[in-house]
Amino acid sequence: MKQLLLGAEAIALGALDGGISGVYAYPGTPSTEITEYIQKNKGDREQPVRSAWSANEKTAYEAALGMSYAGKRSLVCMKHVGLNVAADAFINSAITGVNGGLVVAVADDPSMHSSQNEQDSRVYGKFAMVPVVEPASQQELYDAARYAFDLSESLKLPVLLRLTTRLAHSRAGVEGTARGTQNQLNAPYAPERFVLMPHNARRQYNNLLAMQAELEEHSEQSWLNRLIPGTGTTGVLAFGIAFNYVMEVRQAYALDCPVLKIGHYPLPRKKIEALFNSCETILVAEEGYPVYEELLRGYFGNTHIKGRLDGTLPRAGELNADSVALALGLAKKEVIPVPAIMVNRPPELCKGCGHRDLYEALNTVMNAHVQQHVFSDIGCYTLGALAPYNAIHTCVDMGASITMAKGAADAGLRPAVAVIGDSTFTHSGMTGLLDAINDRAPLTVIIADNDTTAMTGGQDSSANGSRLLDICRGLGVDEAHLKTIIPLKSHLAENIAVLREEIAWDGVSVVVAQRECIETAARKKRNPAAKA
Amino acid sequence: MQINIILAGVGGQGILTIAAVIDHAALQSGLTVRQAEVHGMSQRGGAVQSHLRISDKEIFSDLIAEGTANLILSVEPLEALRYLPFLAPQGRIVTSTDSFINMEGYPTTEQILDELHRTNHPVLVNAAELAREAGSVRTSNMVMLGAAAPFIGIATEMLEASIEKLFQAKGADIAAMNIRAFRTGQALSQLQATAT
Ligand code: SF4
Repeated sequence: MKQLLLGAEAIALGALDGGISGVYAYPGTPSTEITEYIQKNKGDREQPVRSAWSANEKTAYEAALGMSYAGKRSLVCMKHVGLNVAADAFINSAITGVNGGLVVAVADDPSMHSSQNEQDSRVYGKFAMVPVVEPASQQELYDAARYAFDLSESLKLPVLLRLTTRLAHSRAGVEGTARGTQNQLNAPYAPERFVLMPHNARRQYNNLLAMQAELEEHSEQSWLNRLIPGTGTTGVLAFGIAFNYVMEVRQAYALDCPVLKIGHYPLPRKKIEALFNSCETILVAEEGYPVYEELLRGYFGNTHIKGRLDGTLPRAGELNADSVALALGLAKKEVIPVPAIMVNRPPELCKGCGHRDLYEALNTVMNAHVQQHVFSDIGCYTLGALAPYNAIHTCVDMGASITMAKGAADAGLRPAVAVIGDSTFTHSGMTGLLDAINDRAPLTVIIADNDTTAMTGGQDSSANGSRLLDICRGLGVDEAHLKTIIPLKSHLAENIAVLREEIAWDGVSVVVAQRECIETAARKKRNPAAKA
Repeated sequence: MQINIILAGVGGQGILTIAAVIDHAALQSGLTVRQAEVHGMSQRGGAVQSHLRISDKEIFSDLIAEGTANLILSVEPLEALRYLPFLAPQGRIVTSTDSFINMEGYPTTEQILDELHRTNHPVLVNAAELAREAGSVRTSNMVMLGAAAPFIGIATEMLEASIEKLFQAKGADIAAMNIRAFRTGQALSQLQATAT
């Protein structure tokens, strides 16, 4: 029976049916729903599946590698920028190789619906020289998740499963196949693979290089790479989800161009050669960076290749059927324009959110200073950058609020203030705070502790409440400058006083603003069984 | 048959409940469904939309192409206009007239109605009021679904069965109230259709 699943959920089901023993992840749009689905649906499996959230993507990846080391299958999920955090582990796991199947599902966000950039994870796959699968539909995501585990286990390499926002957050009917069982614990001693001292690393790296021809052969045979035959002089090389847009246009306009669908890397050279030999012009449609267009075009260019680099398709942003239709030479459609009265409706902090009260107090304090910079981070509180608060001035990457504020303080900026959420603090803020303490930097860190990872829908954070205070103490924050406030209207005067005093103090101070996210609180009330 | 629907609203208004009802009914009717939705930052009070496609054939794209939406179903009047480039020449707008104002420069009701009336026989629904009559303002999404039902290409019984299924966990009376809301919307839509 078909079930209606988000693309992200289809991967989750594929992984469960493929016999994973655990999933490791840090929430991040558009990847969050993979892990959430496993958390909600693992109950009826014969053996337990480990699924709690990790502190960050690096800890998640390493734990997944450890599970694989012990012979079991593990899935690790993240958004594209999360792979930057986990990159060290990821790249080196290609050198050690794996034991139990290890699949890293990475959700890219072209058009930056909920992200700071649109980096293309296929580049990482190429960099690590491991197989990458990039399915084009929800059913393919399910099938590819299962396939990727088998492939990983047979090659003894991690496999990167790449998807993008549209597929992750789009529903379709998906049909599962027979459930597999989990692997037995099987942890052979293999220091020659897993101790990456230079003598081992060199040999392992050479092995990886030697495997590349085999990986390409797998791609040639892969069901994810297939030709839709056609006629005419223009052929299309359609990668991942771009295949859908090409086929949509092909169907809508009754075109008959040949289309080579690519969903498994490294590139299947022979298949591509055959397409190139049968066509005069090739349109390369990739969702993300023009990674393979650039490669195929070559440094000195090939005028028979069209794509994002010559403006046939837009250089940035998601593709769609409309941009692909234009690229295939179809005339632009007349459409009803958006009326001139239209105004933007940007997102905003919920009414009654504690961050509102925090920013109100902070703005009052900062207004008294000449330098009013506030360094911030990634979460709901990032919305404090917008009107009416305009309270924060940076948001770069997870944890950067504390470290950037510290660097600015080192440069002489006073006051130096950072605002970071509880979950972002445990993700990547703690180490930066340690730097600041070791350097005695004049810095005030405000931890907006709403008891959850709110922006992605209220997942448990790794530490909050009194544990956050304990962490700060343990890192060496002076008890006299470790304060707690409650961001509520009724506490405004008091909160202003605390912030004013700590921001004036010439050393490291931490103010924890504690109030639960009202959305999460409401969800818990509706569904008390669910922890968050 | 192929129907393309844009569901529009503001983050938090629950357009995904409407989508869930249609998705389920379509699947039960043996049709193919693709439904792209927005998660993440925009869900906090920003403009949100869902592209819902139903067909008796294979559907390739999760997104609707410009000029091919048969229906824009919006739970907020300004949001209905945001997606006009997607509307097919003969496509219809079904929208709630209850404004949700959380930003600067929101146009006047008159301006919005003017623009709506430029489209092909828009169905305008005082959703909150009808929902209250049905029993609770929280059923306004089902009022809107009812008003759009004539344009969705799925049998009314299938949609009602889907509402029943979706709300049954919350109790029989909640399910019944939502069915009532659905029928109220449908009746209004039929009334407007005969009037135009
Ligand atoms: S979801 Fe929670 S933290 Fe985010 S804006 Fe709403 S109340 Fe605030």
